[in-house]
Amino acid sequence: MPDQLLFAMEVTLNGLMAGVLYALVALGFVLIFKASGIFNYAQGVMALFAAATLVGIMDGQVPFSHLINATLGTDLHHFGWHVPALLAILVTVVVMIVLAWLVQRLVMRHLVNQEPIILFMATIGLAYFLEGLSDLMWGSEIKTLDVGLPQGINETIDQITYDMFGYGFFIDNLDIVATVIAGILVIALMAFNQYTREGRALRAVADDHQAALSVGISLNFVWVLVWSLAGFVALVAGVMWGAKSGVQFSLSLIALKALPVLMLGGFTSIPGAIVGGLIIGVGEKLFEFLLGPALGGATENWFAYVLALVFLVFRPQGLFGEKIIERV
Amino acid sequence: MSHRAAGRGASGGRIWNEKKGRARVKDTADSYVTADGRTIGGVVMEMKNITLRFGGVVAIQDISFDIREGEIRAIIGPNGAGKSSMLNVISGFYTPSEGEVWYKGARRPQMKPYEVARQGIARTFQNIALFEGMSVLDNVMCGRLTHMKPSILSQMLWKGKAEHEEVANREVAERVIDFLEIQHIRKTPVARLPYGLKKRVELARALAAEPTILLLDEPMAGMNVEEKEDMSRFILDVNDEFGTTIALIEHDMGVVMDLSDRVVVMDYGKKIGDGPPDEVRNNQDVIDAYLGVAHD
Repeated sequence: MPDQLLFAMEVTLNGLMAGVLYALVALGFVLIFKASGIFNYAQGVMALFAAATLVGIMDGQVPFSHLINATLGTDLHHFGWHVPALLAILVTVVVMIVLAWLVQRLVMRHLVNQEPIILFMATIGLAYFLEGLSDLMWGSEIKTLDVGLPQGINETIDQITYDMFGYGFFIDNLDIVATVIAGILVIALMAFNQYTREGRALRAVADDHQAALSVGISLNFVWVLVWSLAGFVALVAGVMWGAKSGVQFSLSLIALKALPVLMLGGFTSIPGAIVGGLIIGVGEKLFEFLLGPALGGATENWFAYVLALVFLVFRPQGLFGEKIIERV
Repeated sequence: MSHRAAGRGASGGRIWNEKKGRARVKDTADSYVTADGRTIGGVVMEMKNITLRFGGVVAIQDISFDIREGEIRAIIGPNGAGKSSMLNVISGFYTPSEGEVWYKGARRPQMKPYEVARQGIARTFQNIALFEGMSVLDNVMCGRLTHMKPSILSQMLWKGKAEHEEVANREVAERVIDFLEIQHIRKTPVARLPYGLKKRVELARALAAEPTILLLDEPMAGMNVEEKEDMSRFILDVNDEFGTTIALIEHDMGVVMDLSDRVVVMDYGKKIGDGPPDEVRNNQDVIDAYLGVAHD
């Protein structure tokens, strides 16, 4: 097999794995948008907040330590213990659920039936608030997140592909783990949506609020539920990306990468988010590989957005979104 | 009484697994037997001096009436009389400005619509509120939500009890679908159905909840004669077979008179008549409201 083709295969594989992560972030958006029509700008910051909280809990940091020290003149920084990763993740899940409840209770509940743009603005405010809260609670320095996920080149794949093609594929262990976890999460979410009582209620609210009320569904409960689910998805995404490139402000920008995914897949479709993520992941890697050198490189920075723009022009509802029909 | 006579003849299978014993709520001495042999029980719901205001507009003004167990109770009146508002008060979508709602012999505190639904009051809407993206079966299954227990983990693992529960709920849903003769469209997305069938699916969803009281908001609005006859037959059959208490709004006088046991007549937010159809038909105020008379 020619080297170029092998290299393209390797790039595609890497692209698919990046795509699963994009899909994961996009899923957080879809969940909330479907059930409440809110485009949650804060999704990326939620990932940052979740990752920072996880690191803080694992390291035994005192939350708000700077604030406490500044006002009381104390010198607190650490509790002096280390929490095992699994327990810390459980505590963080609880924190995200409490956050979801607070968001619903203090913000979204008062904005029911408002214009979508107003809800969107509220989530922008939420994003900045959370960013500040995250800094205030855990400090703004770059943190390393190590929950014990394997990292570095996968030797087995390297060896097998070398034996087969005479060319070893470079696949990162972390990417493999991330792909598997994201895959499981996506399947679990779809099963939840399809087969459970709560999933049915969620779909019902997504479809028609009035009808949902009339069959005994509490809208408030469903909204807290979707914000919690979105918080959980943000945590998983935050852990994956945080383990890869550290927990820092730029983590919140992964949300921007989810935008083109949503435009491709449609804002209301879970399968759409997955397929969209994969297309963007593979697309940007292959495009860089094939045309990058001719265009001066760094095409990964803009490819996804240009693709999204093309979709906006020719198929605004996305690949799987609900068809927009206007009756005259 | 042609509709009633015709409707009584047709009998379908039972919807639910076991026929629910009708909980006698008030003193049973109140109960009586109708000419066609149905037993009408005591008062299950009572509206006491209900007033509803929107700002300066009075939609309902000091109205009292009751609904008895097993009867078909109609609320009629010209457009804008406040019928739908009254139904929304019963189903919790509106909170009355004054007055009390009594349900099963106890005063009902202020409640959200979903809480009212969980208490066993199911409803349909004038403008049809269905889950358009779901199939007919899924819509009817949503009507079973109040009977499903929350057990996320066991349901996700799809084992034992959860499966048993799902099967039981599915069975009820299928029977309702059979009863309302919509088997042929079970798997069809609701958005593709014609208006008349949508109305029937909505009735099926409400019925799947096995409600104590079934509220129907203009079940025959916008239907042709044939569809109206079908719907009348279904309403009578539901009442007859399962003894479901039904309160319905309609402004087609003819239909209402054939269907109902007792009628409340509203006009400009006030109650102007209340009683059996024949009595109401001859009430001078009612005739004036419908035919129009100069108000001085």
